[in-house]
Amino acid sequence: MSEPTPITEPAVTAAVEAALAAIESAATMADLKTVRGAHLGEGSPLAALNAQMKNVAPADRAASGKLIGGARGRVNGAFSAREAELAVAEEQAKLAAEAVDVTAVATRYVKGARHPLSLLMEHMSDIFVGMGWEVAEGPELENEWFNFDALNFDEDHPARAMQDTFFIDPVDSHLLLRTHTSPVQIRSLLERPLPVYVVAPGRVFRTDELDATHTPVFHQLEGIAIDKGLTMANLRGTLEHLARAMFGEGAQIRLRPNYFPFTEPSAEMDVWQPNAKGGARWVEWGGCGMVNPNVLRAAGIDPDEYQGFAFGMGIERTLQFRNEMNDMRDMVEGDIRFSQQFGMVV
Amino acid sequence: MKIPMSWLREFVEIPTDITHEQVHAALVKVGFEEEDVHGFDISGPVVVGQVLEFVGEPQSNGKTINWCQVDVGEAEPRGIVCGAHNFVVGDKVVVTLPGSVLPGPFPIAARKTYGHVSDGMIASTRELGLGDEHDGILVLSTLGLDPEVGTSAIELLGLDDFAVEINVTPDRGYAMSLRGVAREYALSTGAKFTDPADAPTITEASGFPVVIADDAPIRGRAGVRAFVTRVVRNVDVTKPTPSWMITRLTLAGIRSISLTVDITNYVMLELGQPIHAYDLDRVSGGLTVRRAKAGETLTTLDDKSRTLNPEDLLITDESGPIGLAGVMGGASTEITDASTNVLIEAANFEPISIARTARRHKLGSEASRRFERGVDPLVASAAAARVVELLVELGGGTVDTLGSDLLAEHTPDAVDLPEGYAEGLIGVHYSADEITDSLQAIGAEVTVTDTGWSVTPPSWRPDLGDKTTLVEEVARIVGYDRIPAVLPVAPPGRGLTRAQRLRRTVSNSLAASGLTEVLAYPFISQHSNDLFGSPEAGGATTIKLANALDPDAATLRRSLLPGLAAIAHRNVSRGLTDLALFEVGTVFLPEAGHRYGSTSLPLGYELPSDAALAELRSSIPEQPWHVAALFLGDAVTRQPGQQPLSRGLADALATVQQLAATLSVDIDVVTGTHQAMHPGRTAELRVGDHTVGYAGELLPALALELDLPRVVAVLELDLTVLITSAAVDIAAAPIVSYPAATQDLSLVVPVAVQAGELLAIIREGASELLENVRLVDDYRGTGIPELHKSLTFALRFRASDRTLTQVEATDAKNAAVALAGERVGAELRE
Repeated sequence: MSEPTPITEPAVTAAVEAALAAIESAATMADLKTVRGAHLGEGSPLAALNAQMKNVAPADRAASGKLIGGARGRVNGAFSAREAELAVAEEQAKLAAEAVDVTAVATRYVKGARHPLSLLMEHMSDIFVGMGWEVAEGPELENEWFNFDALNFDEDHPARAMQDTFFIDPVDSHLLLRTHTSPVQIRSLLERPLPVYVVAPGRVFRTDELDATHTPVFHQLEGIAIDKGLTMANLRGTLEHLARAMFGEGAQIRLRPNYFPFTEPSAEMDVWQPNAKGGARWVEWGGCGMVNPNVLRAAGIDPDEYQGFAFGMGIERTLQFRNEMNDMRDMVEGDIRFSQQFGMVV
Repeated sequence: MKIPMSWLREFVEIPTDITHEQVHAALVKVGFEEEDVHGFDISGPVVVGQVLEFVGEPQSNGKTINWCQVDVGEAEPRGIVCGAHNFVVGDKVVVTLPGSVLPGPFPIAARKTYGHVSDGMIASTRELGLGDEHDGILVLSTLGLDPEVGTSAIELLGLDDFAVEINVTPDRGYAMSLRGVAREYALSTGAKFTDPADAPTITEASGFPVVIADDAPIRGRAGVRAFVTRVVRNVDVTKPTPSWMITRLTLAGIRSISLTVDITNYVMLELGQPIHAYDLDRVSGGLTVRRAKAGETLTTLDDKSRTLNPEDLLITDESGPIGLAGVMGGASTEITDASTNVLIEAANFEPISIARTARRHKLGSEASRRFERGVDPLVASAAAARVVELLVELGGGTVDTLGSDLLAEHTPDAVDLPEGYAEGLIGVHYSADEITDSLQAIGAEVTVTDTGWSVTPPSWRPDLGDKTTLVEEVARIVGYDRIPAVLPVAPPGRGLTRAQRLRRTVSNSLAASGLTEVLAYPFISQHSNDLFGSPEAGGATTIKLANALDPDAATLRRSLLPGLAAIAHRNVSRGLTDLALFEVGTVFLPEAGHRYGSTSLPLGYELPSDAALAELRSSIPEQPWHVAALFLGDAVTRQPGQQPLSRGLADALATVQQLAATLSVDIDVVTGTHQAMHPGRTAELRVGDHTVGYAGELLPALALELDLPRVVAVLELDLTVLITSAAVDIAAAPIVSYPAATQDLSLVVPVAVQAGELLAIIREGASELLENVRLVDDYRGTGIPELHKSLTFALRFRASDRTLTQVEATDAKNAAVALAGERVGAELRE
């Protein structure tokens, strides 16, 4: 067994330099671990020197301790620094090895989509909900009274025959598929306390064969507002608000005289679509008017006290001119490519 | 309604250079929608020619053509080939010279044919768009014309005229006439209007017996309001209709038939009064107007024998019925080429009676359409006078003193229009003058009173019966563009209802998890309803359409699945073979043995009694919302490093769990059976004790029958019930942050024991310390007894108030093992 080396500055410096050189030359974390054992672990030169502290005279103990402590500190510091360097390098190598072609990564999720007609009805309903209106619903298979009689369609009036109605067998049961969402107006007036401000989006039926511009099953959004003192100016204001929310600030509403049994006066409404692809234009959008006093009477409302307006538009038609569609069949066939081009947005 | 411009000009001033766009715009402004424009589409040199000579030249195809020399007003005659033979030398004809264009478009050029250069064409009425005659050319003398050679035939025949077509709404019967439209055009533009009903004066006549015997008025309204007859004798009914009349009728969409018929149609178009002409010599005795007797029959002008209904109003003579009043005349008294004495009828019939008869016999005619919408009851005399005038002038007849005059008593009630009402309804300030002037302009008598206006509507406006209809006239005449936009303030609303919100959430959730929303028609076959409408076979109760477009899809769906299957098929046939579809929609669920509907309906214009309302509301079957989905093809397609994953039952059940999680409702999945589904791959879906739907794979044979691949997974749930069952006011449990203890557990059980059953037992046995348990493996084979399986579960335990020790977790697990042993004979697999 050799004589232990006394704690001297040269001895300590030599041990430190040897350790630093070894740390510097460690190329991997595994190397570094070995180096750590050799230069900081038990049996390392620094550990051996440290073991001599017990032989140091008390007067020199502070100086020796400082010498050893400083040495250990330098070695530890170098070790940590090298360790960090190597960790970064190893992580980078790992990342490089993990790189993939991001354009060829397998997908486990498939695209889904809402139907744009549903989304459009929700969008339009939300504009009204934002004004404090509520959304009302009613049955698609309806009693004739709600669909016609209560809406001032006389049993023998030609307007009734013009609605191309699907009747339920037997015909004398007076049941039909609603030809418009207007029966929801009557149900709302019967069920809700006044004033009433509701919109009714929903599916309606007419006996038209499916072609590029007709479908026997389609959707409407109708609105009715009954309050004290409502005017046709309020009708126009409401429609213009809707038009601006849907087509931009430049949108306007134009009213043309028309006839519907359930409104008086009645109007056809056109919307000025400022951002249409082919250039700004007027488009026929729907019908509207002041609710006929007979409709209010059918719901037990005194037309001398309350009055109001109603309006309705086709959702298919709206989607058609809003989204530049030519063929109605695309909306009803259920080809997934149609809905998927909209995703969850309309 | 098609309005020839030359005709309209007779009654209202119109600038000569007006375009159809301007006419349409003026009419749109007062409420007539633009439909179309119609003209003859003839241009270029079309002139009057005279045949100087022609030579017949037999052809190898058996035809003989005529090589004609035609004087068209030029220095030299033109040589023209003509295939027709109905002319002689000296006849004046219409020649379309090279450079002219006939409708088609059919450009005329000098062309070589049958060995000659034909320097133009001699036209038939069909080629000119004036009729159907094409066997021969138009010889102008047959129209009574002898024009100068070389002059424009376009001007001569009025072929430069055009008609604007407008839509007349059913409240405006008076506008189904030139008279009405001219008045409206004048209202819109301020131009001067001349009422054509003011012009003809009826001659005095009497002695023709007419009896009105309506003993069964419909809804208490007398069927006849006016009945005017006149007789014109010695009419030459074979005389040609003048070309100006043919041109106008053609533009108005009515075919020229014979002089008498053309005159009656012409007057109907001009004044809005339908006219019927009888051969007086075929009428036996006078006329009686009465309702039909049960079993009576009538052969109408279209030669169809019709069995009459006691509601039908008839014109009869001593022989019996000779006409369906206001709808169609009878064959027995029709004017023929042999007729000489004409009996004219200008009557006013009650709209409802006519509407019902026309509908009942499916006989919509120009006359019935006008009567249904209301004909001016005071115009009958003027119309009869006009017909007499034309029969004398064009048919050479003489007026007889035989006739009758039952005139309408028109005493309309004055309507009060209170001051301020128009402004209060429209939101526009109208001056007193504007109101008075507008109402006078439409023909009403207007008196200013202390409180507003007293207004007597004109005879042709039966629709003006209350103050609201008067306000519409004021608003319309002053113009809707005066109405400002004023947004009303609604009272605060409560937003969407819970059901509306949750339906949207369900749809969004399904779309976000990769399903595509579709909207199928609700029309399906009875067979499809039988199959999908209930889990057990035996025929489904359905609602049937009385007038389905497609007889194979005449019932309303009880299930959304047939619609989804049809849409899936369409996609597959277009090469879209990986599908995940869903629909949220209503179904129609009539109950067996229940009769739906109403036997009679309450009145429309007053509040029905509570009992009547309750009956109306309960007259329809349940129509709940359903949600359904369909999966086929691959869920994950083959990709680098990724094997394809086929769709199947797992997708349907995962979607069920997705719905359950979305709505925070517990849906139990148990083995089920459904006639349309695979007997070993069907789950019944339950919420509490209620079955809310099914998920499974379609019977493979059925999938193939539907033209779909063998494996098609589907699900359908009652969304209305699901939403009702959705968690309400969820009391949120505190989130415990003490560490969890996890343990695995393998239990050996007979193969018949279901995993779901064991999961429930473990949850019960391990009690409240068990936070979560899931099945991780199903092992059968070596080490496991025959007809047994080993199910491995991962359990996660946690206590709410302390760190759980493994010992406590093991105790809880052992409790679960013990219960499983007791219930289903499970043994712990070490």
